[in-house]
Amino acid sequence: MVPADQGGGVMRADLLAEPTAGLDEALAAVDAFDRALTGGLLRPQPAQAAGLAELAGAVAGTPLAARVAEAADRAAAGAAGEDHLVALAAARTALLGSVHDALMTRVVEATGRPHDEEPAPAPGEQPAVNLLAAARSWLCDLARCGWRGIDHEVVSGAAQVVSAMLPDPALRRLATLLDGFAAELAACCPGATLDRVPERRWADLWSRATLLTVPGAAGTPVTSTVTGRLLPLGVDVQEHATAVQAQVHAVFEPADGGTPRLVRAGVSVPKPDTVVGAGLWQLLRPHLSLLAAVSEGRSMDLADMPVTAEGDLVWADGHARPGEPADAFATARVALPTATGTATAALDRHPARIAVPVFLEGYTAGQDDGTLTFTVAGHALAVDTDRVPAAGPLTPEAVAASGACIGLLRWDNGAYRVQPLAVETTVRKKAVAIHAGGWAGGTTDKAGVKAEKAATDAVAVLRERAGKLLRK
Amino acid sequence: MSDWERSSTARVIPPARPRKLAKVPFVELADGRLQGVVSSGSDIERVYVSSIAAGSWTFACSTNNNRPCGGARGGFCNHIRALVNEAVLQYGAERVARYLRVETADGEPDAQGVTDAMSAARPPQGDTAAAAPVFSRFLRHLAYLELAPTTAPLPEMQWFPPTRAVA
Repeated sequence: MVPADQGGGVMRADLLAEPTAGLDEALAAVDAFDRALTGGLLRPQPAQAAGLAELAGAVAGTPLAARVAEAADRAAAGAAGEDHLVALAAARTALLGSVHDALMTRVVEATGRPHDEEPAPAPGEQPAVNLLAAARSWLCDLARCGWRGIDHEVVSGAAQVVSAMLPDPALRRLATLLDGFAAELAACCPGATLDRVPERRWADLWSRATLLTVPGAAGTPVTSTVTGRLLPLGVDVQEHATAVQAQVHAVFEPADGGTPRLVRAGVSVPKPDTVVGAGLWQLLRPHLSLLAAVSEGRSMDLADMPVTAEGDLVWADGHARPGEPADAFATARVALPTATGTATAALDRHPARIAVPVFLEGYTAGQDDGTLTFTVAGHALAVDTDRVPAAGPLTPEAVAASGACIGLLRWDNGAYRVQPLAVETTVRKKAVAIHAGGWAGGTTDKAGVKAEKAATDAVAVLRERAGKLLRK
Repeated sequence: MSDWERSSTARVIPPARPRKLAKVPFVELADGRLQGVVSSGSDIERVYVSSIAAGSWTFACSTNNNRPCGGARGGFCNHIRALVNEAVLQYGAERVARYLRVETADGEPDAQGVTDAMSAARPPQGDTAAAAPVFSRFLRHLAYLELAPTTAPLPEMQWFPPTRAVA
């Protein structure tokens, strides 16, 4: 039995299994639009027109209603202009924003932690750039072709835009998204012969990229600075063929004795597709001293570190120095239950963006249809071990044998799941903590050293070639 | 199956597998070809640009200065064979075979099998028109090493989780 008084300790995982009113209806409208996009909007069939109308109907009670209704009409007639397609992307994004909010309400109930409801400020203006228009034009071509209609010619249209955008930090978000998206589409050409289409995913990427072509949408303004102690919980890695990001999730304790809050600190970089595994840490390590602190099990002391309203520290090594040793599991047991979560920016309200630090203990590990599960408070929660980076000491086997877990609570295709960041387990009768990001700052682990050596060699070859060829 | 289609983070392409890059610094499945850059065995200043077209298996090999490869007359040269081998290491034999539209006899493709199946069909030698764009894609690929990292948040990467699955 779960005690009635949570005290911030045990997660009410049972709440995560309860149905959420309106969720299925909202997702059905999203699916209807996604199917329309799969067939392409050049010459829409009646079923596609119905899908577009369903999306418009779902936002009929919102300020978007008139623009989306017009856009759906025009698109159904095969006559959608760029502004109409942007309106459709906005409608889909708004619907998933409402899904996000409903899912987060459950997460807040289940974790029993306070949550900052203060809405994030609207992003700042950013000068309109021709490149944004070029990107939008490519995205509109895609929408007209549909996933079933893509070929090498239409997909390769992204390459020039991406190359021109990548060097500009202000355009990095859209550039990185388009680069990863275009690589997937290229690998799936021609669309006509695909066995199956990742409809939700590609419509997500398309909608998000389309909205990011609106000038000002991609800004992440720094709203204040923070001074105090940073207690890392773990590292989450995200990667596609030509980009990687590591995000450290942590509890921040203000020096002035204010309420502790959840924050993230990340670093990202574009990369050649042949730099993989330990090579990712090598690219990121020099730019975020926090990664070394994570590997060493240390806190860091921050002074005037810039932070966004969403709780993302915009890290600069000059504002941080290594602090006292800090065990992530002690942080998870003691500091995490009192830490406040932060609000999410309007554009980022999407189920895929949910990544809430949680601490689980006293669960029973099991298997359900080949997926590892932790049964917590009577509810079997799926464990997403596939997200544990290969270049690290944490393995799915260690997760399955664990007794306590720091993870990120996420949601995808209809269910919550937990992504392990670190576990406590027993190795040769000794209790040990194993971190997914254990190699982030470097490693003396035998397998880790070997992986690091191979990665160093790969980058050395590329740098040598680049030195010869790029500067001629 | 329908779960995958309703997933925002469905894994669509497996990540490249690590391989040694000295011999073949660049290989890709793009523009309807298996194409890449192969180091010369004798001259470290020279590289060969090699390609095989999907379906027709039309092959081409020349230096980056557009001199034809002496080995690629009437059949695959060693550069092209090396290209296929490294592509199989990076992407897995199945993905390479599918992209090139090669059906191997025993159904379980490997690098040798893929090369042999194409070679046995006596594919035509193409012109070296693709060499320039392939080489410029190689330079673009190298330029990724020169791009600055950022500590500003990149929320779009939430759609790109890692995977432990291999190609």
